[in-house]
Amino acid sequence: MGALVKAERANRAEGQDLQQYLTFMLGGEVFAIGILAIKEIIEYGQMTEVPRMPASIRGVINLRGAVVPVIDLSARFGKQATMVGKRTCIVIIEVRSDLEAEEATQVVGVMVDAVNEVLDIPCDEIEPAPNFGAKIRADFIKGMGKVEGKFVIILNADRVLSVDEMAELASAGAIAA
Amino acid sequence: MNLDEALHTFVVEARELLQNMEESLLDIERGMADDDAINAIFRAAHTIKGSAGLFGLDFVVEFTHIAENVLDMVRSGELKMDGAMTALMLQVCDHLNLLVECVAREALPEAADASSGKALTDCLMQYLGSYKAAAMPVESEARVESLGGGVESGCWHISLRFGKDVLRYGMDPLSFIRYLGKMGRIVSIHILTDGVPRLSEIDPESCYLGFEISFESDADKAAIEGVFEFVREDCRIGILPPHSKIGEYLALIRELPEDEMRLGDILVECGTLTAGELEEALKIQNAGEPRPIGEVLVEQSMVQAPVVEAALEKQKQVRESRNSENSLIRVDSAKLDQLINLVGELIIVGSSASLIAQKAAMGELLEVTSTMSRMVEEVRDTALSLRMVQIGATFNRFQRVVRDVSRELGKDIRLVISGAETELDKTVVEKIGDPLTHLVRNSMDHGIESAPVREARGKPAQGTLKLNAYHDSGSIVIEVSDDGGGLNREKILKKAVEKGLVQPDAELSDKEIYQLIFEAGFSTADAVSNLSGRGVGMDVVRRNIQDLRGTIELESREGMGTTTKIRLPLTLSIIDGFLVGVGTSSYVIPLDMVVECIELDAAERESGDNGYINLRGEVLPFVRLRELFEVEGMASIRQNVVVVQYAGQRAGFVVDTLEGELQTVIKPLGRVFGGVRGIGGFTILGSGEVALILDVQRLVQQATDRELGNNALPEIASERKR
Repeated sequence: MGALVKAERANRAEGQDLQQYLTFMLGGEVFAIGILAIKEIIEYGQMTEVPRMPASIRGVINLRGAVVPVIDLSARFGKQATMVGKRTCIVIIEVRSDLEAEEATQVVGVMVDAVNEVLDIPCDEIEPAPNFGAKIRADFIKGMGKVEGKFVIILNADRVLSVDEMAELASAGAIAA
Repeated sequence: MNLDEALHTFVVEARELLQNMEESLLDIERGMADDDAINAIFRAAHTIKGSAGLFGLDFVVEFTHIAENVLDMVRSGELKMDGAMTALMLQVCDHLNLLVECVAREALPEAADASSGKALTDCLMQYLGSYKAAAMPVESEARVESLGGGVESGCWHISLRFGKDVLRYGMDPLSFIRYLGKMGRIVSIHILTDGVPRLSEIDPESCYLGFEISFESDADKAAIEGVFEFVREDCRIGILPPHSKIGEYLALIRELPEDEMRLGDILVECGTLTAGELEEALKIQNAGEPRPIGEVLVEQSMVQAPVVEAALEKQKQVRESRNSENSLIRVDSAKLDQLINLVGELIIVGSSASLIAQKAAMGELLEVTSTMSRMVEEVRDTALSLRMVQIGATFNRFQRVVRDVSRELGKDIRLVISGAETELDKTVVEKIGDPLTHLVRNSMDHGIESAPVREARGKPAQGTLKLNAYHDSGSIVIEVSDDGGGLNREKILKKAVEKGLVQPDAELSDKEIYQLIFEAGFSTADAVSNLSGRGVGMDVVRRNIQDLRGTIELESREGMGTTTKIRLPLTLSIIDGFLVGVGTSSYVIPLDMVVECIELDAAERESGDNGYINLRGEVLPFVRLRELFEVEGMASIRQNVVVVQYAGQRAGFVVDTLEGELQTVIKPLGRVFGGVRGIGGFTILGSGEVALILDVQRLVQQATDRELGNNALPEIASERKR
């Protein structure tokens, strides 16, 4: 893992040593996702539940004619389901499916409690993920960004929102029922 | 265009050509042989060879070349297109298909394929060899005739008259000839010095020389012409391929400025013409007035007149078919899908616009939205029609299947196709092939009797298999019918009782009995052949058809034959649905499965544990969607039952509200929800909300699975499970 981060660092050092991240709140904690994968942020509304789905798959929404699955991140991290509040948003993210070499992308919505801001985090301010202690699966974390003396968990969107894993969860949920 | 795209085009074209080739071969086999068909086959092989050559696909070129040679001999009448030849050519066609698929996969043919190719090549070579052997004795005779046709020399003849200014332009005539030497062997060259004036008048910067060259090369005419590309403008260049007609030499001689007799001698000197050939040419020339070359040509050997005509006709046909091709555009089907998706979205947006207009109660807005939705509907119909293809191509493929299978079975069976122009969605066409193949094979194997039995029953010895397609109230019907023995009602019933599919005392209608053969593992054939009879076919067929949201039914009269009717929706992307609500969610049930809606009255609701109701004296099992989908919250006071019917089974779905019919666009489940059972797809309602389309068949199946011991469903499926 450390080697990977180093390699990424080396990569970035050539081109840009700054990357922008969107930070958002989830159950009182601050998380960040690289801004390049994010397509848009929309207000929470008109969710259609799909029956017999695990809690992490909240339902589907109509995004201008396309049906987009919405993931409840909190539930995905094994915490309780996100309560819908005034500031609840859906962040629309384009996920690369890691299994296929071709550019198969899937658009997925992510439910978050609130969206904060877009931050510039220099690469040398990002520490490798700890092996434990973050309370979420280690492979979900890309790194720990230092912002104003505090750590922000930078998520690996492709892992957290892995389409294959979700499909597995979805069919498992359906069969169990 | 990059090479990959070009290669893709090659593969697509080659597949089409091979398809045509196969069809033509089958035509010939059925005795409809004409020159057109043979020419079409030859052209297909030739085009494939040519295009494969462009891509350097040597393994394709090598094989096709030999096949083409044989075909060429067939075309010229040297070989006969008999049964053995068509059979061989069909194999050639198959092998080419294989090679083309290899190209598509960007792989080299496997060893097994290569060896079968080798075997075919050997067969073809035998034809070539036997022809050569047979042709030897008659060669001298043929040669005498050929005096009027081609000349003996196997060399190109090139006449060069360089322009006077060629040196001034910086060209050296000698360098062209030297370059020519690289492409082949210059057999002889004769320099014409007639143009050189007297010494005092010579301009050293002008070129006065002409050349007559006899040239031996494998290069084609274009390549040889290419040598003189730079001087073509102001020089006279005549190139005659080997074995050209005497008339052509005549024309060449006539065109050139020098004295004709002298030129003739030069040609003889070059070895291009023999003395005898020259004599004949001169005889022809002296015989009368100068005439157009074609006339001389034809007259010179009357036998060839039809050939020339045929060639002209052929050229015209090729041009015409090119023209008709030009009016078609090849479009990536993904683009069409995208268009249809967009149109679907347009419909959704349109309907929400009219919803708003209704709410706002603005007369003008209402008018506009209603006009718009009419237009959008037209756009949708047009867009959908883009995906429509004729079923003919699919039907025609069965000519081959019928031929092969009837050979294998030793039966004489004729395939009759009608309704080939009926159009249906491309995706449906692609998926209907396999089930149809099953049905056709079944009919041939079990349906149509062997010739002696047919004769004993007073039927013509040749069996008939019919494929028919037609539109019927918003769906398409495909029929496979045979004039065979028909289904044996008693035999099926007996077998079904044996297998425990039905109770011995059950009263079943003919239709219900016939449906039994679609059950898994059901076969009445006494002997299992390698075509059918294992009882795995028909249930697969039914499942495939159901996946296309279609139905299948049988009609049969014993001793007269069987007709299988497949009824399919015209398109897969739009359905008529029935909208129901459970809790806060909306669900769509495909309308063609909905039989009726009734209210679940209080008494029945209270005895709710039973899971069935009394529907006019019949037992109707039902499923509470609320429970099945684990919807939270209390059920509404009034509940309704939607009665659905599928594949002869009836079931009820208990829902909270009934919201009426709607036409809607099916959105696929996508990768995340692909494995979910019970849901067939998504759709977007006019309000912008996403609704789920129920997969009725799966839901009923699930409910059945859950209640194994309960025996709620009085249909065959549950009886079998006991």
